[in-house]
Amino acid sequence: MGFMAVAVIFGLYADIEITTLNPWEEITKMAMGAVTPNFFETDYLISAIINTIAFAMLGVSVGNLIGFFLALAFHIRLVRVACAFVRAIHELFWALIFIQIFGLSALTGILALAIPYSGIFAKVYSEILEEADTISLNAIPKGTSHLSVFMYARLPDAWAHFKTYSLYRLECGLRSSAVLGFVGLPTLGFHLETAFAEGNYSEASALLIIFFIIIATIRKWSRTQLVPIYILASLIVIPWNLSDISLVNIIRFFSNDILPHPIRVAQSIDVNVLVDLGIWTKTLFLDQALPGIIATIILTQIALVGSGFLTLIMFPLISPKFFGTFGRSIGHVILVITRSTPEYILALICLLLWGPSMLPAIVALSLHNGAIIGHLIGRFTENMNLRPDRSKGINLYAYDILPRIYRQFLAFLFYRWEVIMRETAILGILGIATLGFYIDSAFADLRYDKAMVLIILTAAMNLGIDVLSRTIRSRLRLQTRINVV
Amino acid sequence: MENALFSLENSTIKINGHTILSEFSLSIEKGEKIALVGQSGAGKSTLLTQLYQLSDSEVALVPQELGLVRNLSVFHNIYMGRLNRYQIYYNILNLIKPLKKELEKVRPIVEKLGLTDKLFTSVQELSGGQQQRTAVGRAIFRNCPVFFGDEPVSAVDEYQAHKVLSAIAEGHETIILSMHDVELALQYSDRVIGLKNGVKVMDQSTRGMKASDLGDLYQ
Repeated sequence: MGFMAVAVIFGLYADIEITTLNPWEEITKMAMGAVTPNFFETDYLISAIINTIAFAMLGVSVGNLIGFFLALAFHIRLVRVACAFVRAIHELFWALIFIQIFGLSALTGILALAIPYSGIFAKVYSEILEEADTISLNAIPKGTSHLSVFMYARLPDAWAHFKTYSLYRLECGLRSSAVLGFVGLPTLGFHLETAFAEGNYSEASALLIIFFIIIATIRKWSRTQLVPIYILASLIVIPWNLSDISLVNIIRFFSNDILPHPIRVAQSIDVNVLVDLGIWTKTLFLDQALPGIIATIILTQIALVGSGFLTLIMFPLISPKFFGTFGRSIGHVILVITRSTPEYILALICLLLWGPSMLPAIVALSLHNGAIIGHLIGRFTENMNLRPDRSKGINLYAYDILPRIYRQFLAFLFYRWEVIMRETAILGILGIATLGFYIDSAFADLRYDKAMVLIILTAAMNLGIDVLSRTIRSRLRLQTRINVV
Repeated sequence: MENALFSLENSTIKINGHTILSEFSLSIEKGEKIALVGQSGAGKSTLLTQLYQLSDSEVALVPQELGLVRNLSVFHNIYMGRLNRYQIYYNILNLIKPLKKELEKVRPIVEKLGLTDKLFTSVQELSGGQQQRTAVGRAIFRNCPVFFGDEPVSAVDEYQAHKVLSAIAEGHETIILSMHDVELALQYSDRVIGLKNGVKVMDQSTRGMKASDLGDLYQ
């Protein structure tokens, strides 16, 4: 209840105006485009799809491998903190940083995915290993080396969980890879942005339809035995653009660009420099960080409650307790589309319709996260045994189903809280005044020092929400199976 | 009793404040074949675990919970009995692709246990009895002179039980098995130790004993 009240109050202050002159005209054009997809712009359509898959494949694989080894060292505090920090920074922010260092080479895209993903993999893998069956350890001969014990007694049982989780992460990786196009890498997002900007909705819908098909069939094509082939193929087809990397750039970035401006221009460190640094910090915080933080928190909270509402509306669509096979297949299509479309692209579409305000972001985040949690809750109701003389319709929903799913629902929702905040910050790049907006502007103005401070602030906020969400979940004794969210 | 392999002197074992074994004294010599009998909860498993922990030499053990790795094949689970004998790289190589040399060593064991056609089946697809035989196979493969089994044939049918117990008897000098099947216990041991509520109530040679002589233990 408290969360809902906060969201309503924030809603009063949020800027949710529709600023476009004629949203209906744009909606009509988009709807026309959606039903008349144009698959014949083959010159870039195929390369965009291939690049999207290749970046996802390489980024997720590298992250997977690094994450696995980090998981083995997860008992070390420094490793845990480092992993929490790298995953608190969104892929797009990593990309913005790496573009300054490695230009638009493939390295930028791969690292932007691999670094935050390795932090996520490390955390989840260490949890899987912790929960793995340890009963077989007693039967191992004394004096066996640690590595042999690990390979024979711990890894085999964890392996199946690793595979399931990797598949889920690959799906996330495809979404992230598509979105990397929006900062200039040659993936789907790059062409989508152009198509949307030029109003070529038929081409945009063709791109999105192919993307949905790839994600919907991921279980069919991602076989373990084929992974080495996919990785090899990705290494070959990916546009490396290594000429974009310049050593001078790299050195300048680390030794100069990211130093706060007053220190960079100072001849020597004296009182004046410190005063300047104080002013620099003060303006940065008052003009950018503070408004950014406030907007990010407002948007996050509204989107969190919005996701909750939409979950409760959407999960019955795929639940056998409410709909027959036909009704559910429509429900599945709706949910697959809303959850496979990256929030960023959903927000972009809404932005075109309603103009820049918080509204597109709220709708996009709520739809996407509502569909993800709705999918999980819907699946959860499949195995629910109800009495034969149960009521129907709304009564069934309110008396039988809702009370049963409620704890699970809250657990998933709080688990997504941090994800929602990370995405909220990112949507700033689209012009909504969250932290991402100020970060993107700082990069655009070549003020890397400010960008770095703001990114670290964003990471700190995500870490804070993560801790808060974990505290609330353990207070309410809510449990999630992490490998499904 | 100088050359006793294992000995307990007035040992009392408590778990969470409950006395499981009280003032227990026992001495076991090399070459003895011992059956531990008694109702469940009498303290057989605790006694066996205690003896296992006291042993300084290597002992082949079949614990009651088997300790198998569910996702690995029968072959790999049996091979695990010798993990400490080989270099790490050899173990890892064998995990990725079963080595011919090791297969040849494991094969006679699975033949005796009737698991030949399941050699490459993962343990989670096996029945309870087959899993139990795999755990016995792992203990046999360790190739130690001393064998401890905690109910090693409880889930195996009678025909298979004889095969399994003969295989155990064949390869080991000293054997301690806890058993709930009294007939089998007498047949494969030369000394029987009866437990009741954590106290040793019987310790004698099995020669000339009948199953009905043990009836008191189960009342």
